[in-house]
Amino acid sequence: MSQIKSPSRRAFLKASAAAGGGLVIGVTLPQAFAAAPATTSMPNAWVKIGSDNTVTILSARSEMGQGVYTAMPTLVAEELEVDLHKIKVEIAPAGEVYINALLGGQLTGGSTSVADGYDKLRVAGAQARMMLVSAAAQKWGVDESKCTARNGSVTGPKGAHATYGQLAEAASKLPVPKDPKLKDAKNFRYVGKPVKRLDTAAKVNGTAEFGIDVKLPGMLYASLAQCPVIGGKVVSFDAARAKAMPGVKHVVQITDGVAVVADSWWQARTARDSIDIKWDEGPAKAMSSETVAAGLKAAAAKPGAVFKKQGDVDGAMKGAAKTLEASYEMPFLSHSPMEPMNFTADVKKDSCLLYGPTQFQQMAEGVAAQMLGMKPAQITVKTTFLGGGFGRRIDVDFVAQAIEISKAVGAPVKLVWTREDDMTHDFYRPTSLHQISGGLDAAGKPVAMKFHLTSSSVTARLFPPFVKDGLDPFMLEAAAVPYDIPNQLADSLIYETGLRVGYWRSVSHALNAFANESFIDEMALAAGKDPYEFRRAMLDQKPRLKNVLELAAAKAGWGKPLPPGRFRGIGVMEGYGTSMAQVAEISVSGGKVRVHRVVVAADLGRMVNPNIVRQQIESSVNFGLSAALYGEITLKDGRIEQTNFDKYPVVRMPESPTVEAHLVESTEKPGGIGEPATALISPVVANAVFAATGKRLRKLPLRLA
Amino acid sequence: MISFTVNGKKVQADVAPDTPLLWVVRDTLGMTGTKFGCGAQLCGACTVHVNGMPVRSCGTKVSDVEGKKVSTIEAVGKTPAGRAIQAAWVQHDVPQCGYCQSGQIMSAVALLESKPHPTDAEIDKAMDGNICRCGTYQRIRAAIHTAAATKTKGA
Ligand code: FES
Ligand code: FES
Repeated sequence: MSQIKSPSRRAFLKASAAAGGGLVIGVTLPQAFAAAPATTSMPNAWVKIGSDNTVTILSARSEMGQGVYTAMPTLVAEELEVDLHKIKVEIAPAGEVYINALLGGQLTGGSTSVADGYDKLRVAGAQARMMLVSAAAQKWGVDESKCTARNGSVTGPKGAHATYGQLAEAASKLPVPKDPKLKDAKNFRYVGKPVKRLDTAAKVNGTAEFGIDVKLPGMLYASLAQCPVIGGKVVSFDAARAKAMPGVKHVVQITDGVAVVADSWWQARTARDSIDIKWDEGPAKAMSSETVAAGLKAAAAKPGAVFKKQGDVDGAMKGAAKTLEASYEMPFLSHSPMEPMNFTADVKKDSCLLYGPTQFQQMAEGVAAQMLGMKPAQITVKTTFLGGGFGRRIDVDFVAQAIEISKAVGAPVKLVWTREDDMTHDFYRPTSLHQISGGLDAAGKPVAMKFHLTSSSVTARLFPPFVKDGLDPFMLEAAAVPYDIPNQLADSLIYETGLRVGYWRSVSHALNAFANESFIDEMALAAGKDPYEFRRAMLDQKPRLKNVLELAAAKAGWGKPLPPGRFRGIGVMEGYGTSMAQVAEISVSGGKVRVHRVVVAADLGRMVNPNIVRQQIESSVNFGLSAALYGEITLKDGRIEQTNFDKYPVVRMPESPTVEAHLVESTEKPGGIGEPATALISPVVANAVFAATGKRLRKLPLRLA
Repeated sequence: MISFTVNGKKVQADVAPDTPLLWVVRDTLGMTGTKFGCGAQLCGACTVHVNGMPVRSCGTKVSDVEGKKVSTIEAVGKTPAGRAIQAAWVQHDVPQCGYCQSGQIMSAVALLESKPHPTDAEIDKAMDGNICRCGTYQRIRAAIHTAAATKTKGA
């Protein structure tokens, strides 16, 4: 996802006394998206200082590996003047104001956390610091300019000294300063430095709490049988055998299936297999990969909604010395984070606790409020660490299920899906069809390009007001090329296949970048040009992109000889405010592609933590490589055919390339880095496969056989 | 009733004998550091040591560990190899989401205990069963080499 731009975004500050007499500085989250009413702002605290000197910084974003647990507090701590490695971090709860569950704003996604928080969180830190300094100055009867905040204390004239804890209560009664002056970047102590992550210790000794680890007093465990065809309903079931099995407390029917609730998860899970369920599989049972592909192709025959029009494409094509066209196809994909979907709910008569891994606290709260007829204030959302998200945990289907089960049995319940449940009941990355044509002049210079994209819209399901005039803004990410080509026409067509779709790391960048950057290579070939020089010649209007292209090429040794059997591919992409280029070095043997080395050059503007940036680049290359080499979800009789990692292979240690990240020092606005490399690796590897074999693979996953 | 030791402590579990060790450790004994990823011996998230050997606890019946010594991520830091691996993991900032890391660490510790200076090929082989969806592989490899070096120095 890219950043959603809301016209009603508005932040204001409020100070209030925290429980225990501490200081709480709050900032509203971005208001709910445009369609939500004005009352939906959500005050949310960033800094809590206890009278015992504990400084807690809240992250309003969920930690799913991308490092916000460190990066968000870094921004606050920089201005607050505290030792980053002594603070405590908490993931923020959902707000108390009810928000349309489908249009909420407290959402982790779209590589937006740093871009959104870069100024806001430093301002919050600075305001808290200024209030503490004022409190100290008043206490000592001196001017504020004589007081200095450093490392969690304020010092003043004649050895005066007070800790933040001693000042917090008085500070919390002071007005919030407007327009605090922020540090100059050259004085940063943490921001821009490769600071160690704050969550590592807990993640190497087994103490980090994930959703699957949640335990509440009196909690029961649930396993849920869902219809093998997504969307199917229970007609009837016989649970006599299951009920007689050890540990089984309840068997309950909920909207999505039949749940067994037991003293332990294994008991619930085994008993579930003994229930005889008759399903109404619904219309989707006729679906197969073949019907989906045929439907997509047929739909693509119609024109789409135009989103880019420049020059006279038809005229330029007619006048072109050479034209070419090609189609590219992308499969459905599952997210498959390492932690299967799970959530814990404790529904009481007048309250509800939701405890687990979510990327979308507001939606979890909203769904609970709607289902239970409660006010948001009656609902508490506690977020654990997420064992991966990749977009899957934006959806809250499993939260709703846990709520229904807990309500039905009147006890706290932890619902845990099996891996098979997870893979067969995902919201899948959409399949897509890309029809592209291009024209070259006699000198081999591109003069025209035409794009026709057909795919499903996730936004139409999750945030319908954002789909306007047949265009889903998220489908258009990287949908046209960044190159200087005078005549361009691009349209897109929304086609729903019948299989539910979800945002998947890098969303439509992953679809469009594969098609476009593969086609650009095909044009280079038709023009008789080197793929690097061909791109470079079209990037004079995009200095940042040109720069990373040159950087990646230089670091990878583009044009220099390789060891026998090694080949290179190259590509560029803009996304999330980041300019990126990649060069992959591969070999092919026995029809198998092995990626040895990936050189990534990225300009993402100002960075909060270059170490986390590198981690994210390494991570997203591997994630995208799994999709490029193996990822494919197929359907038969309405059922997903892949059920576990044997049939849905992912990159493992021996296939994992060495990733070299080269980061451009920049003072531009911070961009996102959690996703772009995932999208770009596929065409870069496909281009290398062409260099190696002369075969142009226009379909993912890349198969040579 | 099935008796075995976990991290040096005698435990008894009153569960069906075919219950996977994973769920006994997590739910019966309440030690949640060992993770569930696939339940089919395909991902390695549930890796523990039984009598010093790495095993997938999701595919190990609890009755099979009767009388045996089980060790988990919670106590791995008490062994020299475990300490070295954990320190190297911190030094290289290996974990991202962290969910696979208990299993990665248990596999890496078992590797170092049998091969104090593993080659890249030996690392590939020993770690092939552990999936990391966050793609931390290159840092894992570097951290294993670091741990091998520091362990020798410290020993
Ligand atoms: S949970 Fe045991 S190998 Fe995946
Ligand atoms: S760190 Fe997330 S799965 Fe390995």
